[in-house]
Amino acid sequence: MMHFRFTESAIDTESARRELQTSSAGGYVSFEGWVRDLNEGQEVTGLEYEAFQELAVKEGGRIVAEALRRFPVKHALCVHRVGSLSVGDMAVWVGVSSAHRGEAFDACRFIIDEVKHRVPIWKKEHYRSGDSGWVNCERCAAAPQHAEHAEHHHHRVAVPNPTEPV
Amino acid sequence: MSEFPSPVYGLILAGGSSSRMKRDKAALKYQDKPQLDRAFELASRHVTNVFVSVRADQTLDPTRAQRPMIVDSVAGEGPIAGIRSALAAHPKAAWLVLACDLPYLSDAALDFLLRRRDASALATAYTSAHDGLPEPLCAIWEPSAAEALADYQAGGGHCPRKFLIRHGARLLEPQDTRALDNVNTPEEYRQAIATLDKAPMQLKIQYYALMREQAGRSEETLETSASTPAGLYEELVARYGFTLSRDQLKVAVNSEFSDWSRKLNVGDAVVFIPPVAGG
Repeated sequence: MMHFRFTESAIDTESARRELQTSSAGGYVSFEGWVRDLNEGQEVTGLEYEAFQELAVKEGGRIVAEALRRFPVKHALCVHRVGSLSVGDMAVWVGVSSAHRGEAFDACRFIIDEVKHRVPIWKKEHYRSGDSGWVNCERCAAAPQHAEHAEHHHHRVAVPNPTEPV
Repeated sequence: MSEFPSPVYGLILAGGSSSRMKRDKAALKYQDKPQLDRAFELASRHVTNVFVSVRADQTLDPTRAQRPMIVDSVAGEGPIAGIRSALAAHPKAAWLVLACDLPYLSDAALDFLLRRRDASALATAYTSAHDGLPEPLCAIWEPSAAEALADYQAGGGHCPRKFLIRHGARLLEPQDTRALDNVNTPEEYRQAIATLDKAPMQLKIQYYALMREQAGRSEETLETSASTPAGLYEELVARYGFTLSRDQLKVAVNSEFSDWSRKLNVGDAVVFIPPVAGG
């Protein structure tokens, strides 16, 4: 099973979810990252995601493999979208199946956090003002690299896409 | 003859005893790399299925053992035994045969040889820039040479150059007259090291995100005298005015994260990685 992959069209969460199904799993947790309409006080109209795919699938695959080693879960998968996205579109999907819920939440949280820090993916935000910028590279170049977000990455909770610097 | 020319495999010859060099030629290093590895990688950029030709007593040698090998299976010594063994191991393949001690041999020279291949001849070979005679150890040997080589060896012949002179080969004049100079003595080795270390090397650079926009391109092949990613980044900042400082970046070489002080080699693909923002 490919643990990490890219797609240029809408993420097919149903088929991704099916890949995680196994009779020994008692449940599954997923996280969806969505494009939010506001970042750093600027109104966002759209995003472009770009990835160094050759290395990104390796690093993403290593992250999911690490999660499978650290947590006693059954299967895990991360799908990231690239290209142009609009507000409300799903940018990333993480799913984990396991016998019990606790480790599924932990593994899912681990994967999305590590992906944001480690995988060579970039996003350019377009603002209502007509301005645009590469997140973490321009306006936020001086921001600390490993600040954690305050959001709770819960099961099926519509967490706004965290566009703060990671 | 079949309708389509045979596929070309690679054979690196590294069996010589190096009497003048007084050490194992295959392990001589240029730019930190044993020349056997350089020749192997060079051939691998042009043909699939590259093998190292070895004698039966060399199969455990560490420089050779990490590569796919073709062990001499026919009697006799020298390059002809190696070439015949390869032709016997894969009778349908033609062989790009390279001596490992050609430090000046370039991608361009191999590309030219492969493009001018004449599959209807027994071999396609460069001529020496010094004496105009065929160079059998930077040549493509066709499957049809197998029988003639066996007869030649049975008749007491052992020199692949004389074989090519006698049997005829498609001959090409080298465009770079130094490309086929080989290195037989410690003095020639010193000269080659000095020349190669000074030579600018070609690298492939890919740019992403902000750096792609600032460079105005997504990739390029460039000549540089920088020997590490750190030195290369300095050169590129001067050229493109990148606004990100080096400590904001990571670097990847050949699609894997790398140290800034790693020694770069010809043909390496380098990517500078600006702060990431996935999710």
